[in-house]
Amino acid sequence: MGTVLSYFCHLCGHGNKEEKERCLRANDRTFNLSFRYANNAIKTSKYNIFTFLPLNLFEQFKRLANAYFLFLLILQLIPQISSLSWITTGFALIVVLSITAVKDAIDDINRHKCDRQVNNRKVDVLMDGQLKNEKWMNVQVGDIVKLGNNEFVTADLLLLSSSEPFNLVYVDTAELDGETNLKVKQALTVTGELGDNIEALAAFNGEVRCEPPNNRLDKFKGTLTVNGERYALDNDKVLLRGCTLRNTEWCFGLVIFGGPDTKLMQNSGKSMFKRTSIDHLMNILVLCIFGFLASMCSILTIGNAIWETNEGSVFTMFLPREPGIDAPLASFLIFWSYVIVLNTVIPSSLYVSVELIRLGNSFFINWDRKMYYLKKDTPAQARTTTLNEELGQIKYIFSDKTGTLTQNIMTFNKCSINGKAYGDLYDFSGQRVEITERTERVDFSWNNLADPKFNFHDHSLVEMVRGGNPETQEFFRLLSLCHTVMPEEKKEGELSYQAQSPDEGALVNAARNFGFVFRSRTPETITVVEMGKQVIYELLAILDFNNMRKRMSVIVRSPEGKLTLYCKGADTVIFERLHPSCNKLMEVTTDHLNEYAGDGLRTLVLAYKDLNENYMIDWKQRHHEASVAMEGREEKLDELYEEIEKDMMLLGATAVEDKLQDGVPQTIEQLTKADIKIWVLTGDKQETAENIGYSCNMLREEMKDVFVVSANTAEGVKEELQNARRKMCPEAAEEPSVIKSRVGLFWLKKTETVQDEKVDGDYGLIINGHSLAFALEKNLRLELLRTACMCQTVICCRVTPLQKAQVVQLVKKYKQAVTLAIGDGANDVSMIKAAHIGVGISGQEGMQAVLSSDFSFAQFRYLQRLLLVHGRWSYIRMYKFLGYFFYKNFTFTLVQFWYAFFCGFSAKTVYDEWFITFYNMVYTALPVLGMCLFDQDVNDRWSLQHPELYAPGQKNQYFNKKAFVRYLIHGCYCSLIIFFIPWASMNDAVRNDGKDIVSHPSFAFLLQTCLLAVVHTQLCVDTYYWTAVNHFFVLLSTIGYFAISVTMYSNGMFYVFPSSFPLIGAARNTLNQPIVWLTIFLTFLLCILPVVAFRFIFIQLRPTINDKVRYKMRTEELPAPAPRLPLRRRSTRSGYAFSHSQGYGDLVTSRKFLIKRSTKRAPLFTQTDSSIFQNQPQHYRTIAEEPEEPQSP
Amino acid sequence: MPLCAIKTGCDNVRKGRRLCLKKFKIKFTICSFPPSLSLSFQLDYTEAETCNKCFEMRKNVSNANETCICTVNFRIDKPFEGDVFFYYGLRNFHQNLRRYMDSRDDGQTVGRKKNLKDPSSYCEPFLKDPSGRPIAPCGAVANSIFNDSFTLRYHYSNGIGEVPLLREGLTWYTDKYIKFRNPTTDNLTLAQVFEGTAPPPYWQKPVYKLDPSNPMNNGFINDDFIVWMREAAFPNFKKLYGILFRNDNPFTKGLPAGNYSIDISYNFPVQYFRGRKEVVLTTVTWFGGQNHFLPIAYLVTSSLILLTAVVLTVVWWKFGKDGKNMKE
Repeated sequence: MGTVLSYFCHLCGHGNKEEKERCLRANDRTFNLSFRYANNAIKTSKYNIFTFLPLNLFEQFKRLANAYFLFLLILQLIPQISSLSWITTGFALIVVLSITAVKDAIDDINRHKCDRQVNNRKVDVLMDGQLKNEKWMNVQVGDIVKLGNNEFVTADLLLLSSSEPFNLVYVDTAELDGETNLKVKQALTVTGELGDNIEALAAFNGEVRCEPPNNRLDKFKGTLTVNGERYALDNDKVLLRGCTLRNTEWCFGLVIFGGPDTKLMQNSGKSMFKRTSIDHLMNILVLCIFGFLASMCSILTIGNAIWETNEGSVFTMFLPREPGIDAPLASFLIFWSYVIVLNTVIPSSLYVSVELIRLGNSFFINWDRKMYYLKKDTPAQARTTTLNEELGQIKYIFSDKTGTLTQNIMTFNKCSINGKAYGDLYDFSGQRVEITERTERVDFSWNNLADPKFNFHDHSLVEMVRGGNPETQEFFRLLSLCHTVMPEEKKEGELSYQAQSPDEGALVNAARNFGFVFRSRTPETITVVEMGKQVIYELLAILDFNNMRKRMSVIVRSPEGKLTLYCKGADTVIFERLHPSCNKLMEVTTDHLNEYAGDGLRTLVLAYKDLNENYMIDWKQRHHEASVAMEGREEKLDELYEEIEKDMMLLGATAVEDKLQDGVPQTIEQLTKADIKIWVLTGDKQETAENIGYSCNMLREEMKDVFVVSANTAEGVKEELQNARRKMCPEAAEEPSVIKSRVGLFWLKKTETVQDEKVDGDYGLIINGHSLAFALEKNLRLELLRTACMCQTVICCRVTPLQKAQVVQLVKKYKQAVTLAIGDGANDVSMIKAAHIGVGISGQEGMQAVLSSDFSFAQFRYLQRLLLVHGRWSYIRMYKFLGYFFYKNFTFTLVQFWYAFFCGFSAKTVYDEWFITFYNMVYTALPVLGMCLFDQDVNDRWSLQHPELYAPGQKNQYFNKKAFVRYLIHGCYCSLIIFFIPWASMNDAVRNDGKDIVSHPSFAFLLQTCLLAVVHTQLCVDTYYWTAVNHFFVLLSTIGYFAISVTMYSNGMFYVFPSSFPLIGAARNTLNQPIVWLTIFLTFLLCILPVVAFRFIFIQLRPTINDKVRYKMRTEELPAPAPRLPLRRRSTRSGYAFSHSQGYGDLVTSRKFLIKRSTKRAPLFTQTDSSIFQNQPQHYRTIAEEPEEPQSP
Repeated sequence: MPLCAIKTGCDNVRKGRRLCLKKFKIKFTICSFPPSLSLSFQLDYTEAETCNKCFEMRKNVSNANETCICTVNFRIDKPFEGDVFFYYGLRNFHQNLRRYMDSRDDGQTVGRKKNLKDPSSYCEPFLKDPSGRPIAPCGAVANSIFNDSFTLRYHYSNGIGEVPLLREGLTWYTDKYIKFRNPTTDNLTLAQVFEGTAPPPYWQKPVYKLDPSNPMNNGFINDDFIVWMREAAFPNFKKLYGILFRNDNPFTKGLPAGNYSIDISYNFPVQYFRGRKEVVLTTVTWFGGQNHFLPIAYLVTSSLILLTAVVLTVVWWKFGKDGKNMKE
């Protein structure tokens, strides 16, 4: 499925009229067909065999450059104007068009293949009263399909019935929105009753009326009419294409939207064509060159008019005017003739070469072994080959957290039980040993229910458990009882847990390995295998987690009849509720907690309390009353919970590691040094996000302040933002300074840029999702941007995918900076698409992020290599290429301009026609490609050593309009030299046998040779990094030039086509003259030496950072990479974060559900908390500021 | 340059020059001006002496067919030693106009019979004569051929004698033997081959009568024609007319000093385009003809390079030594 999604970009949105409402009837194809709804076939390809040529050519000529060359070609076919044979343009145009056409064809063939693969998937369709295995593309709206477990959902379906109780269906929406936790969908009872009764289903004739196709994944509105009864349909009853069925044997669904109408396709519909800023700049420059060309031609036309009146009119004796063309008309035609002659200032091969260079650089990214992740066999991949140089200009990075910075794996790492810490290893001298992959693992083979993937290194804990230490056993018993995890045991002994939060899963899994295996649960019981012995606990109550309570408890009765309350929660919360006898233990545990927090672990404190049977009966009674109370139910329940959760006995603490990916802090440090700002946009809770911020070095202790914006009103948000700004930069003006300017083609695009403001010291900003919603409103967003840009680190938590995209767009719009978004889940797709460059982390969650990304790799740490090495190189190569390319064509073309003053402005080319044809495509093509594919000013290791090398790219210092003018002047100078030195030296010259040498062909050949000598040497001067390929290309081109010239000026060629190769003998009769070589050498000296001298002076007087590093590189050895110290933070922070999210508990414990408690698989809790708290703002901070203790690193 | 020649005592011109060049590069004070040892003599005869009347006469187109012969006298003070080349020069004649240059048919002049009878349309407007016969050689270039002829005379002490000039071997080998060919004759005379074609309108005689005495110099392979057809890149140019035939005294060593005159058959009209005509006598060295520009340019360039080198060294010494400037 995955591979297909990226190609779902082009929609066949061919609806002839706007659909207002969708109306369909189950099992009634004739009725449904009358609406002409799209069937389930998708088509993402653009062409077929017959339409390819015309359509593709049409597309290509829509490009300005191609159209321009076509226009030139047509001009050249007019004999009165044609100053050059049409071959010169035609050759280049044909090469360019065919390269692009081949590329387009390959792309389209791939799309065809993908379409075919998806369209030919099979699914069971109910037809004529029986199930038929049909291809996906033949499925029609209104068909009833049957899906099996782990099957992709064929189309957007209305869920009719399922194998599971209550018509529940579990789906995995990773492909759709990136969330890996299972979601529950539930069918209407009326359809659920159909079950898998084929006859009943075949007779089902419900009519659905619903909204027209749209791209809102979270909303669905419609009605189902069955037997005259109308039922409301919402999103819970719809299975979307792109989901996968999980834990459900089968289900039946009614197709509502097919193929292009599905929400998935509607969503991926708008694929924006990303262009780099250099592309835009290039367009502007090409436009400038057009202007330049037009003015040159105008000057020459005026020159021609003057010449024609003064000289031409008296020369008519030898060269009569063409009939019907008088002097003014002739001058007008000369304008166009010169357009043809001078068109080479805009080389047709420019765009193709740019594409080739980008393609080459993309391959280097693909082939980079240092970006290849062995464990998952994932190489880096440049999925878009047109954005490379943008990688060298990134100013802002927007990163997802889960799966991007972290591995999204929670591991039970350490614990403190009854004042004793476990989990660390010490050597004989008592030093802590760093745990690596090679460290010996604890053997859990004694426990046949253990999870083989579980890692633990401290043997003492196992010994304690097996030795029967009561506290330790109680500790793990608590972990196996106090949670809301769902077990799944497909085969005997093969347990897997469905946890709403990965933390909980990790804890339960740890308990499982240590011999307290949570096996199964019913609403009233929990079955645990304790050290091999099955024990069934009676579950009396679950005091569920919420954000206010920050703890959860269960009350259970053991088989022996003992009543116990088990509680786990945040340290601050639990410590307040402990029995005074635990004070001493509490101090020790606090020390441990601080240590864990210092390591960036998420901690939970565990406590228990034995309960009195009578008290319990009373409490239970009151609890029941409270839970059915009509008014103030929450408050009453809360009070009850408070009452029972006190005087608890401390058991210990757990430390779970939200494992960061390897090298994340180092990468972030590097990127920060490169002056790249990193914003984390995560759907996680604030605490989690903050913790990760600290552990990956984005938020630091030495930061002056970390602002938290979590107000719940627009005014509140504004105030918080302003306060933060005033604190950071008290002297700043209240109004942001916005620079308005116009850029783009014809300066049509208006831009507003918010200026950066200087702030001393580092600040951090954390902003909450609901505050962000206000802050992104029109009137506040500049305030947000200003404040956020002053901060070193910005973390947005609880953001929706849409908000992610909005934040990216905000920065894009008002900062005019190049942005990069990196993420792994489908919820990051919007921001990946919105940013200039989207990077997908592959191999974690679904493939959707990768598929909509421009670059993908397996680990976050490769980002530094992608940007600091490949991005920088690509940028440098691109600027070198453009600079050199413009230079070489200016030089080439301006020589013709100078010659015009000598040939009566008659549009005579100074070069041989063949030379003009081959100059860009043959003689100079390879060396410049060689340079721009391989050049590197500083090699990769030094690039990483000096991230500050990245800064010039961000500011676009190398290639801008100023640089362009510089190239123009340089080209102008060289063309002057190349024309006038040979002119002066040849003007009156003869060969050393007295024969002619100033004839047009020999002069042309001399100029061509000078030109190539100069531009090739210039290239060599520009090349920093010589590979064998560069040598080969330069040599090949030089030798090739002489070989081709000699061949073209040879007798044979002349005999075959006398009029095409009239320059016969020019090479032979010229190259044997010393004067020619002396002229070439002089020209060469005068063109190259000033460049060398200027560069030398600049390196001496104003060395750039590149020069400095290059000097260092020459003179010093590369310092060995600094030994990586284990990152330890000095701070002591409680890393408590219970990433609980609302899951299916709500649905399962809904009232309707409670009524039907008779079914055998009825989950879960007997009562639940209202979810109101979770919807409330988090206007508090869990992170406890504790006095800093000096701690040895 | 004479200084150099004296210093090295070179009677062998070539050797002397080479030595001179070498010295020149090392110590550029010795030779105070360019070491071009080739001599050159230039004479504008457009309106000179008796040619004045021819100039006036050619102003009137109706006199185009009348011959006009005039004489110009000049004196050579120093003998021209070695091979002496005789050029005619034109000023302000644009052989490099696009339409002019294109107006030729290489297929015809390489002897293609098809092109002979049906020349390429590029030759317009000199493609066909008014009666519809194809013009051979067609085109504006051939039509405008320079048609003055010269007789160089040396004034002996006892009279005037003709200076023998070689009128062949004036062209590139590739032109004479490859680019220009007469149509194959198959036992036909050249005149028969060209039957049915018209000469270019400005020509006084058809192409097969350019040099009837010498079949290797007649028709398209006539040296004068080939030389003209090699279009000059600039409006001022000179083209080779003849080479001194050094067989007999006193010309075995070149042109002796003394008085000379040139009899000119003055045909080519230049007054229309404000052009000038001239004759040039020159000797050549290994380097080619007289050339003042290159030596001076090299001189200037090398001194600039030296100066820059000094400046750059100073800059490096002050700023860049031991990587001073490379420190942060």
